[in-house]
Amino acid sequence: MSDKHPIYLDYSATTPVDERVAEKMCSYLTRGGVFGNPASRSHEFGWEAEAAVEEARKNIANLVGANPKEIVFTSGATESDNLAIKGVAHFYKKKGKHIVTCKTEHKAVLDTCRQLEREGYEVTYLDPEPTGLVDLGKLEDALRDDTILVSIMHVNNEIGVIQDIAAIGEICRNKKILYHVDAAQSPGKAPINLEELKVDLMSFSAHKVYGPKGIGALYVQRKPRVRLEAQMHGGGHERGMRSGTLATHQIVGMGEAFRIARQEMEVENRRIHALRDRLWNGLKDMEEVYVNGDLDQRIPGNINISFNFVEGESLLMALKDLAISSGSACTSASLEPSYVLRALGRNDELAHSSIRFSIGRYTTEKDIDFTIEHVRGAVEKLRELSPLWDMYKDGIDLDSIEWAAH
Amino acid sequence: MAVYLDHNASTPVHEDVLQAMLPVMQAMVGNPSSLHRFGRLQRDTIERAREQVAHLVKAHPDQVIFTSGGTEANNLLVKGMAASADINRIAISMVEHMSMLEPAADLGDECAVDYIAVNKDGKVTPHTLEQAIMPDTRLVSVMSANNETGVIQDVRTLAEIAGRKNNWFHTDASQAAGKIDVSFKGWGVHAMTISSHKLYGPPGAGALVIDKRLPLHALLHGGAQEHGLRAGTENVPAIAGFGAAAELAEKELSNRAVHALHLRNALEHGLAQMPSVTVFAQNAERLPNTVQFGVQGFDGETLLMQLDRMGIAVSSGSACTSGKTEPSHVLKAMGVPGELALSSIRVSFGKDNTIADVEKLLQALGEIIDTISKSAVMMAATV
Repeated sequence: MSDKHPIYLDYSATTPVDERVAEKMCSYLTRGGVFGNPASRSHEFGWEAEAAVEEARKNIANLVGANPKEIVFTSGATESDNLAIKGVAHFYKKKGKHIVTCKTEHKAVLDTCRQLEREGYEVTYLDPEPTGLVDLGKLEDALRDDTILVSIMHVNNEIGVIQDIAAIGEICRNKKILYHVDAAQSPGKAPINLEELKVDLMSFSAHKVYGPKGIGALYVQRKPRVRLEAQMHGGGHERGMRSGTLATHQIVGMGEAFRIARQEMEVENRRIHALRDRLWNGLKDMEEVYVNGDLDQRIPGNINISFNFVEGESLLMALKDLAISSGSACTSASLEPSYVLRALGRNDELAHSSIRFSIGRYTTEKDIDFTIEHVRGAVEKLRELSPLWDMYKDGIDLDSIEWAAH
Repeated sequence: MAVYLDHNASTPVHEDVLQAMLPVMQAMVGNPSSLHRFGRLQRDTIERAREQVAHLVKAHPDQVIFTSGGTEANNLLVKGMAASADINRIAISMVEHMSMLEPAADLGDECAVDYIAVNKDGKVTPHTLEQAIMPDTRLVSVMSANNETGVIQDVRTLAEIAGRKNNWFHTDASQAAGKIDVSFKGWGVHAMTISSHKLYGPPGAGALVIDKRLPLHALLHGGAQEHGLRAGTENVPAIAGFGAAAELAEKELSNRAVHALHLRNALEHGLAQMPSVTVFAQNAERLPNTVQFGVQGFDGETLLMQLDRMGIAVSSGSACTSGKTEPSHVLKAMGVPGELALSSIRVSFGKDNTIADVEKLLQALGEIIDTISKSAVMMAATV
């Protein structure tokens, strides 16, 4: 990827498919390969496809310490989040209609909760601490007798912070409340062991782990058993939890991506961590730059930085040779400041001046050095043009100014 | 290699389709929602595929909503319409695919469902439809062609009747698209389901084509993709493959149909020599590639296993209900006796099948029927 421009530093939005994954997928598509419908029970074309699906299921389960029977394939993490949250809410509605989540969750969780509010459920949206982490005491205070589900993510997509899902799980299990974790951003980056975690449901995505788009999974714990109301009907695939023809090549791709992640994550994360440190070390001596979210409780590949007195969109435009984003891809079309950074208590100006750099498998030192040089140059140039920057340099306290209304 | 005669379950991906998918999968990075150059290239790829798919079914690209497949498209239609305050009653045919029947059965109190009967040829007649539409029915759904029998419905006429009675009309064209002419505009329907892996595209992509006035609610939440009707990062390689497959299907449609019909006629000619065989819906207009038949006095599962052992891959009916021992709901709706329905075999040809495949099937079938009949006679004699 190096020497090609723009340099891709948007691995949290999506990753390229690993060549080994792509190669494997290709042998599950055409006449020369295994192309059957895994639901076909009457011939070897179907059986071969089914065997490939089960092999992939095992690879996915292995990376996260689950039993293969606990893995349900979906079309992606968005569907997994929808299935987990609506599935639980609909199944357990007689027990209660209260759900607890956090304001920094992905839209797939937040919008699903909003939908449930329209259906008569009540949702508590916790404020995170300024570090981006959820305070366990505050979480405990939010739980009620009629709370049926807590949904708090593992790794945040914008700021990369890692929540203490082990502790949250303990709290929920003690109160017999189900716990769902959106872990779309974590496989291969943060270790997961579902054998030990008190987590009932966990969402996964393939295309954030060098696997293909269009495929994800939901972990549904068997002991103690979690019940779900299916959201997609017609055929009873995936033990009735998710109907629809299984896309064998995509499942095979996801399995291979998870297998590779398990094998390589330790070495890879060390390398990526060093690249991130290199990036931050190259930028942190600049004036008025801030890291958003806890720097230590964070996956190696992410750093989210606010460049005060620079407008984020202008900075993105000035950095055309870098493929980066100001936050989530799913909300990138809107010019609103990131709701995640707002929830951390960042003011609009800082939230507006943020850039997410996400580093991955194909990022090189050269890419990072180029990035440092470009970002420094662009920020300096934009600040030269900024009257706010001038005022700040003149020692004027900008918060004390009363702006004239237009 | 075994002979594959189960194309209605799934088709292999066309070599040209794979070639169209590879660069998207391997060389292109990026999330189509991202604003940078990588993201924009992905977006362009999706929009090109949208045009190709729209073209195949004679709709406008803006009307195409990509989903993860036919099942999701049907679920979106049924549940997404029932969620509207305007829709309190729907009517669907009794021979629909499970991905229509099961979401409809799941609707509960919010929406009543009436089931439209078919005649012995598997067809919904204009008269039955008129009878099935109640004063408060607002949505009618009848599939374009059946996945088991291949029976083709007169969608244009049925849609017109539904329209006269102030109803929206949906048709599941998953099996029809790529095999016969399908026209969203020409048929006057308001919604249509299509699936990629039934027309030599990859599994994992499908579409609901909609009239923009349809009071449809989203099923998946968490992103504004697909006009807010389908959240989730788009499966760009599969969508690109779907588009390429749609374009190829349009180009090759008549050749494929002529070829399939040639094979189907040869098969039915051979089956006519076997007294215990009944072809279902033989008098109805059917998909050129599909033949479903029963073998009197035989168990379907046993036949399938014998055929598989002899290197021939067929099915009893829908792959989505395969492994179940109930007789097919489609055959039941047509009034086929339970025992005969349980002996059913569906043969669905593809573009790469040959006349030799037909001969191999006929010969194998003849042998199995012979052997089992003889052993049955011997059993009877010894008892």
